Amino acid sequence: MHELAITESILEIAVRHAEAQNATKITDLHIVMGQWASMVDDSIQFYWDIISEGTIAKGATLHFDRIPAALTCLACGQTYQPDVRALFCPNCQSTRIQVITGEEFRLDSIEIET
Amino acid sequence: MPERIPVVEKILSANDRLALENRAKIDAAGLFSINIMASPGAGKTSLIEQTVRALGKKYRIGMINGDILTSLDADRAAAAGAVAVQINTGGDCHLDAVMLHSALNQLDLNNLDLLIIENVGNLICPAEFRLGTHKNVIVASIPEGDDKPHKYPSMYRGADVLILNKIDLLPYVPFRMDFFRQGVEVLNPGVTQLNLSCSSGEGLAAWYTWLESNLTLKNG
Repeated sequence: MHELAITESILEIAVRHAEAQNATKITDLHIVMGQWASMVDDSIQFYWDIISEGTIAKGATLHFDRIPAALTCLACGQTYQPDVRALFCPNCQSTRIQVITGEEFRLDSIEIET
Repeated sequence: MPERIPVVEKILSANDRLALENRAKIDAAGLFSINIMASPGAGKTSLIEQTVRALGKKYRIGMINGDILTSLDADRAAAAGAVAVQINTGGDCHLDAVMLHSALNQLDLNNLDLLIIENVGNLICPAEFRLGTHKNVIVASIPEGDDKPHKYPSMYRGADVLILNKIDLLPYVPFRMDFFRQGVEVLNPGVTQLNLSCSSGEGLAAWYTWLESNLTLKNG
């Protein structure tokens, strides 16, 4: 239920960057979202349709680039996607792990008309 | 023709900036602050009550409680002797830096040594929103089960200290300590884990020691 604040934040960032380029319209937003980012893209889309109304981003398409969580085992070197049952290395059961991807949550780029 | 321009900005950057402002405000008053996060029923409020009773004569303790409704938890902390402020989020599942910013204005920070923020009971959302406190405290509990680190990785990633509460229930509830600990180690290698029981009092002394060592560092 925190996606309204998140969506407002996305709109603020997009409009600020678009206006710096003297854009008249934002047509597309590219959002990078890791699996562990605890965000629901359908909810963001729902709020987006409401709050982008009346702004230069009205009607813009949201693209979500979802990044799966990837972990690398520091003991055996295996890179893996965590199992639904456990996080440790499926190869050697080590818990010495580095998180490589999955925590991203950023507005990567926007497409504008000037 | 539409033109694609790079943005590459963290979506939570506005919250993070305000969290830095909160931190500056807390630091200016010279107090130590913690953000306590846990699922509903893990024992956040019980831990705070015990802490205020044990340390409230030595330190001036302020407490900010975030809940969807009611001031029950803030009332419990106040009854134990803390200066308590209630934030009703009205449905929001977490506290964010904006809410803390306004709550800080309701406390006389210069007359406090320790500020305890009790976040909304939830293992998902609070992890994403930095508040500006010095340390994040996660409270897990035996009856929740040993799989919680594996299922809620973000929450465990951000912990500075992990409390495992209700250890008095270990004889009655299946809980694989090694499995729990494996998940914690993957997400947060070497994090301090304090096993305790707020109802029996076992293990609380180590928690007070952790708090006091941080308070001493901060308050001199």
